[in-house]
Amino acid sequence: MNKLAQLTQAAKSRILLLDGAMGTMIQQHKLSEADYRGEEYKDWHCDVKGNNDLLAITQPEIIKNIHLAYLNAGADILETNTFNATAISMADYDMQAEVVKINSAAAKLAREAADQMTALTPNKPRFVAGVLGPTSRTASISPDVNDPGMRNVTFDALVETYVEATHALIEGQVDLIMLETIFDTLNAKAAAFAVGQVFDELGFELPMMISGTITDASGRTLSGQTTEAFYNSMRHVSPYSFGLNCALGPDLLRQYVADLSRVSEGFVSAHPNAGLPNEFGEYDMEADEMATHIKEWAESGLVNIVGGCCGSTPDHIKAIADAVNGLKPRVLPKLDTRMRLSGLEPFTH
Amino acid sequence: MTNQIASFVNVGERTNVTGSAAFKRLILSEDYEAALDVARQQVENGAQIIDINMDEAMLDSEAAMVRFLNLIASEPDISRVPVMIDSSKWTVIEAGLKCVQGKAIVNSISLKEGKAQFIEQAKKIKRYGAAAVVMAFDETGQADTQARKFEICKRSYDVLVNEINFPPEDIIFDPNIFAVATGIEEHNNYAVDFIEATRQIRRELPHCHVSGGLSNISFSFRGNNPVREAMHSVFLYYAIRAGMDMGIVNAGQLEVYDEIPVELRDAVEDVILNRRDDATDRLLELAPKYQGGGKVAQAEDLSWREQDVNKRLEHALVKGITEYIIDDTEEARQQAERPLHVIEGPLMDGMNVVGDLFGEGKMFLPQVVKSARVMKKAVAHLQPFIEEEKTADSRSNGKIIMATVKGDVHDIGKNIVGVVLQCNNFDVIDLGVMVPAAKIIQTAIHEKADMIGLSGLITPSLDEMVHVAAEMQRLGVDLPLLIGGATTSKAHTAVKIEPATGYPVVYVPNASRAVGVCQKLISDDAKPKYIADIKAEYIKVRDQHARKRPRTKSISFEQARANRFTCDWSAYAPVKPRFLGSQTVTADIATLRNYIDWTPFFLTWSLAGKYPRILEDEVVGAEAKSIFKDANDMLDALTKSKELNAIGRVGLFPANSQNEDVLVFDPQTPDKQIATAHHLRQQTQKPKGANNCLSDFVTPLDANKRDYIGAFAVTAGFGEDALATAYEKDGDDYNSIMIKAIADRLAEAFAEYLHETVRKALWGYAPDEALDNEALIREKYQGIRPAPGYAACPEHTEKQVIWDLLNVEEEIGMKLTSSYAMWPGAAVSGWYFAHPESRYFAVAKIQQDQLEDYATRKGWDAATAEKWLMPNLQD
Repeated sequence: MNKLAQLTQAAKSRILLLDGAMGTMIQQHKLSEADYRGEEYKDWHCDVKGNNDLLAITQPEIIKNIHLAYLNAGADILETNTFNATAISMADYDMQAEVVKINSAAAKLAREAADQMTALTPNKPRFVAGVLGPTSRTASISPDVNDPGMRNVTFDALVETYVEATHALIEGQVDLIMLETIFDTLNAKAAAFAVGQVFDELGFELPMMISGTITDASGRTLSGQTTEAFYNSMRHVSPYSFGLNCALGPDLLRQYVADLSRVSEGFVSAHPNAGLPNEFGEYDMEADEMATHIKEWAESGLVNIVGGCCGSTPDHIKAIADAVNGLKPRVLPKLDTRMRLSGLEPFTH
Repeated sequence: MTNQIASFVNVGERTNVTGSAAFKRLILSEDYEAALDVARQQVENGAQIIDINMDEAMLDSEAAMVRFLNLIASEPDISRVPVMIDSSKWTVIEAGLKCVQGKAIVNSISLKEGKAQFIEQAKKIKRYGAAAVVMAFDETGQADTQARKFEICKRSYDVLVNEINFPPEDIIFDPNIFAVATGIEEHNNYAVDFIEATRQIRRELPHCHVSGGLSNISFSFRGNNPVREAMHSVFLYYAIRAGMDMGIVNAGQLEVYDEIPVELRDAVEDVILNRRDDATDRLLELAPKYQGGGKVAQAEDLSWREQDVNKRLEHALVKGITEYIIDDTEEARQQAERPLHVIEGPLMDGMNVVGDLFGEGKMFLPQVVKSARVMKKAVAHLQPFIEEEKTADSRSNGKIIMATVKGDVHDIGKNIVGVVLQCNNFDVIDLGVMVPAAKIIQTAIHEKADMIGLSGLITPSLDEMVHVAAEMQRLGVDLPLLIGGATTSKAHTAVKIEPATGYPVVYVPNASRAVGVCQKLISDDAKPKYIADIKAEYIKVRDQHARKRPRTKSISFEQARANRFTCDWSAYAPVKPRFLGSQTVTADIATLRNYIDWTPFFLTWSLAGKYPRILEDEVVGAEAKSIFKDANDMLDALTKSKELNAIGRVGLFPANSQNEDVLVFDPQTPDKQIATAHHLRQQTQKPKGANNCLSDFVTPLDANKRDYIGAFAVTAGFGEDALATAYEKDGDDYNSIMIKAIADRLAEAFAEYLHETVRKALWGYAPDEALDNEALIREKYQGIRPAPGYAACPEHTEKQVIWDLLNVEEEIGMKLTSSYAMWPGAAVSGWYFAHPESRYFAVAKIQQDQLEDYATRKGWDAATAEKWLMPNLQD
C-alpha cells in the first residue's frame, strides 16, 4: 500500500493528529542572535534573531527535537517549520535567496523525525506536510486606506516564490502540501496555482491540505470571505483536507468548523490556538481545556484531523490525542454536484 | 421545472463598457467612484453575479479590469457576489483572474481558435479556480442552428470533461442569443434554435449550465423599451423552461410575463416562437402603440430617502453611501443651532450604530472604512462653517498629535477619534500610519502639542507603544499620552506602559470616550484629580494582574539554584588585575567617536538599517547620509569646543560569590569586605542550560580562591543640557535632538572604549585582543559588562552599590535620582565580569521565594522589594 493510501485508510478509521505550535516551542530555548546565526550565517549582514525558519539550517537539533516531541505526543502529521520561508517574508532578513535552502532543510528534518518514529511504530506511519505560509502581504487588500485599488504584492510575485518553496519541500520528501493560516484567499489561490504548476513539471501530485483563518467575530477571513465562500474559492484544488487554524481558540472557532464540516467534500481539519491571546499576546488555554473542546467536536462528528496552532505544546497535542482516542472520524458527506462560486459570500448554483 | 425557474441566475450586465454607454463614459473619464455605484446598484437590484467587461479600443483594457476589480474588492456590498470576468482578450481575462479571491466565472472561451488553445485556456482557468462560459463557437464560426449549437457544445464538453478533467458543473454554455424580427427570414428561427439547443444540452450534458446575453434578442426594437422588455420576458419564459439557468439580464429591463398586455404578449410570442411568417410585421405594426407607454425604469430602492434627515444620515453612514451625504448634511446643518451639533448629534449617532454593528460582527472592516469615508465627507462639508464660527467666538481646545505606531497600518479607529476631536474644537495633527516614535515625539515638541494619541490594531503595536512611551520619558516629553486601538487594553496600559512614565497615560477604550478624556486633560480644574484617579485605578489593575497565575512554568528558587551555571573552579585560574582600586577616567571625543555604534543612532532618527550599509540604502540612504554628516559636523565642533565632557569612574576589586551575592573586598586588606552586589537568578524552567545568575561567573567563596570583579560609571552628558537648551531657544529642535542623540552614543562609546581598556590593560586578562569596532559592537570579546536596570541585573537600586564603591558622585558629580536614574542622562554604568563563559541573559520572571530571599539580603521590607522588582514579578 502506498503512503497516501495508508494515510487515507488511517483517516477513515480514526481522527488524525496534527502537531502543535512551533514558535512557542522555539521561544522556550531563548535563542540569541548568535544561536540564530549559527555557523552558517555567522557573518550575515543583518540581524536574523526571530527568523524561526532559519533554525532548520542553524539549529537543526532544536527543530528536530520539537518534531520528535510532537510525534511522541501522538502527532500523525508533522508540519514543516517553513511558515515564513517565502521570498516575501524572508525579505525581512534580506534572505530571499535562502528560501530554497530553508525549505529543503526543514522538509528533510521533519522527514527524518517522522521516519525515525515510523521505524519505532511501523503500524502507525507518520507523515510530513510541507507548509506554505500566507506571507506577510495581502494580494486583495490595499495597504493604503485612501487608495483602495492599490496592492503591495502581485499574484505573479506570490506564484514565483511559492514555486521555489514547493520544489524545495517536495525535494525534501514531504508527503503532503499544506497551505495554512490563509487570511487572504487570493494569496492562497496563488499558492495553489504555484503548487499545480510544480506538480505539472514533476509529473506527479501530492495531496493538498488547505487551512484558513477566521480572524474575528465577523466570522470571516481577513479579506472578508465567509467560511463557505472561502471553501468554494479553494475547492478547485480538490483539497485532501480543508480546515481552519489560528486566530481563534476552540471555543470561538467551533461554529466555523461546523460550517466547513457541512460543506467540505474532503476531510475536515482544525488546529485552533490555545485560546485567544491575552493582553500581552500570550496564549493561556491549558491542554485539558483545549482537549475538552476538541473532544466535543469529535463527538459531534465535525472533524477528521485535529491539532494545535499558536500557544499549543506537546502537552496540548497529547491531551487532544487522548481525548479523541477511539472517537469516530467525521464521515465524508455526499453533496450534490453544483457550481460553487463565491464573492465574499458563497453562491451555489 | 419549477425548481429550475426558481434558480435562474441573474447576471448583472451594466458594468460592461460594450453594453452600457454610461458605464463606458465613467470608465473613460476614470470616474471609478461612480462606476462602482453602477456595480453597487446592480447588486442592490438583485444581480447575483456581475459581469465586468472593459473591451474598448480607447482603453488599456487590462489595466482597467485590474483597477476595477481591485476597487470592487474593497466594496463589500459589491464584492459579496461573484464576478464574471468578461473579455474577448485572454490577457485581460488572465489579468482579472489574478485579482479575485472568490471563485469567478470567465466569459468566455471557445473552440474558435482551435482545440489546442481551448485546452490551454481551460487548464489555466481550472488552475486559477474559476468556472467558464463556453461559447458555441468553433473553427468554422458561430453556431446558429440548433444542431450546430448542440454539436459544438457537445464537442467542447467532451474535451473539457474527458480530456482535461474540467468539472462539468463549472461549465456554462452560451449557445448564442441572436436578434430576431430583423426582417431577414433566416433569423426568424433563432430564438427557437436557442431554446431547443438549450433543452438538448441540459438533457445530454450532465451538470452543465446554459446562459446567454438576453438583450441581443430584441436588438431590432432599440428605442422601444416596452416591446424590448416584453420580448425579454417572453424569451426567458420559454428558455428557462427549456433549461437556461443563467442569463446576462438587466433586471430593470424585464417585464413580468403576466403583466404584459395580452395583445402585445401574443405578438411577441409569435416572433420568439416563430409561429407565423408575418410575425415580425405584426409586431412592427403594434410596436408604436407601446412606445413610451412602458413603465418607468425600475429605480434603486430609495425609500430611505423619505425618512427624516437624521435617519437618512444614519442610513448613509451604515451603508457607506456618499451620493446624498453633502445634501443631507447641509439640510441637517440648516436645522441645527450650530454646525458642530450635526456632528455631535446625528453623525455621531450614526457612527455609534456602525460601531455597534461592527462589535456584534454584523459589519466588517471594509464596510466600516466606507462608513468612515462618508463621515469624512460630511465633516469636510461642515468644516468651513465650524471654522467660521470659531473665528467669531472660540479658541482651540488644545492640540493633539495622533499616530498609528510604527509597523501598523490600521488607522480607522484613530481617524474616527481624530474626526471626533476636531469636531469638538481640538486641533488635531494626524501623522498617519506607520509613524516612528521619533517623528511622533519630534512633532509633539515642534507643534507644542498638549497631548499625544497612539493607535494600533496588531499585537506587535503594543510593544511599539511601550517603546514610544519610553522614548517620551527618555527625551523628557511629559505630555499626556492616550492609548487606543483594538488590541490595547487597560491591563496592558497599566502594566506595561504607565509604570515607566512620569507623565499621565490614559487608556481610551473607544472613540466616544476620547472627547471626555481630552477635555479633562486640557482643563486646569479637572486635570489633577482625573490624573490622580487614573493613576490609582492603574495601580489597582496592576495589583490584580500581579495576582494572576504564571504563564511560563517556574521552578522553586531552590531548584533554580541547583541548576546554576558552574565550572571546574579548581581548574579555573582567575587573572589578577594589573590595577586594583578605583580611578577617574576621561576620554576625548576624538577617541570616542571611533567607538560609536552608529546603528542605534540612525534608529533614534527612525532610519532602520545597519551602519555603514544604511548610507547606501536605496530608500533611506540619502537621509541617512545627511544626518550622518550633520552628526559628524557636530562631533567636529564638539571636539574643538570641548563643550561636552566625557568622564567616568572605574574600579577593579577582589571578589567572590556566595549564591546570588558577589562579595567585594578591599584591595589593600583583602579580607575586609567593602561591598555586596546582589543579583537575581532566572527562575523559569530551562529545558536546557542553566538558571543563570551573574554571581555564578565569579569564583565561589568556598572554592578558596580569590577572583575579581570590576565596576564602572561613565557619562558623556556633562554640557549636553546647556547645549540642547540653547538650540531649543533658537527654535532649532533638530540640533537639540541631535546633541542628545550624540551624547547618548558617546556615552555608549565610552563604555565600549573603557571596557576594552579594562580587558587589555587595567585588568589585562586579554592583553592581545585585537578587534575592530564592528567586532566590539558584536561583543566578540571575552567578558561582559551588564548594567543594573537591564535584563541580567534588572534591579535599579544596585547602581547605588557601584556609586558607593567607586565614590562616583563625590569624585565626578554623576548622580542617581530618587528612582535611580543616572544624571546626566547620557550615561552608562555596570559591572565587569571576566569569566570566559560569562554571558548576557534575561532574569525575567522570579517567584515569591526569591523575592523574600532578595528582600532579606537587601534588608528591605516586602513592599519595598515588590516595588523595585515589580517588572520581574509580572508575566
